[in-house]
Amino acid sequence: MISRSRPEPLDGSSAPGVTVKQGLASLGFGEVVDVRVGKYIEVNLEGTSEHEARRRVEEMCRQLLANHVIEDFRFDIEPEHKRR
Amino acid sequence: MKFGVVVFPGTWSDRDCGWVVDQVVGAELTYLWHKDADLKGCDCVILPGGFAYGDYLRTGAIARFAPVMEQIGEFADKGGLVWGICNGFQVLCEAGLLPGALIRNASLEFRCEWTNLVVERTDLPFTARCEEREVLRVPIAHGEGSYFADPATLSRLEQRGQVVFRYCDPGGRVVPAANPNGSLHNIAGIVNARGNVLGMMPHPERCSEAELGGTDGLKLFRSVAENALKVFVS
Repeated sequence: MISRSRPEPLDGSSAPGVTVKQGLASLGFGEVVDVRVGKYIEVNLEGTSEHEARRRVEEMCRQLLANHVIEDFRFDIEPEHKRR
Repeated sequence: MKFGVVVFPGTWSDRDCGWVVDQVVGAELTYLWHKDADLKGCDCVILPGGFAYGDYLRTGAIARFAPVMEQIGEFADKGGLVWGICNGFQVLCEAGLLPGALIRNASLEFRCEWTNLVVERTDLPFTARCEEREVLRVPIAHGEGSYFADPATLSRLEQRGQVVFRYCDPGGRVVPAANPNGSLHNIAGIVNARGNVLGMMPHPERCSEAELGGTDGLKLFRSVAENALKVFVS
């Protein structure tokens, strides 16, 4: 699951993304126009179908993993055998 | 009048708040452990500053699932006084007892310094002893105190007069230079629509005795203690 700050709090020079962008610019990566900093969370589930896992993870994101006031999120479901 | 000070693993301002309640104001005090399933008959519950549950995931995100928080939600619904200071404010926002969120300071720095706050509501149990638009000198100590809410929520807060404290200059002017963290509209503290749940980033418990450099914070503690007394008498 990946959550990112919504665009709204990123106005002005306040966001971590803006600071990272400035750092990149000072290293010569001037082509960077926008940086967004977020979180990566990996959750392992047991004994559930892909469909059910999708429903459950969506609920986890809404209830705890992301704060909808300041973050949006997306996630991918991978069956375990594919991850090995 | 009985104050309850909530202690989560990682809370650090509980003894400071308790000291002011017990030793300075002289009110009844009890500590509420995060696993407590009842509020021990408290009239006002304080959620103090710190890093509850290490602030893992987000500030206040885990604390809201503590058993004591369920009781506090019901207590607030019944009109009980709930007062979140610093991390306590962050917990109240995560718990949905107050709108919005506290995000990283605009400077990206932890800020530990004195601020000036203009009091915009004096009709609340928390501010009854303050003068209209009085300027209080109260310290802050936080890395994530920048108040954020979406435009609709912000406009609703303003229309309903739910902004209680705003960062200002010593003369009471709400100017960008007085904003220590990038909070929208210089917001330092808000109250719920009913007026019984207050959240604020500055630390009144750290300026309630002259030895600590100021006593403006004591006005808030006295307001709560005396207001509850009035309610009891009437």
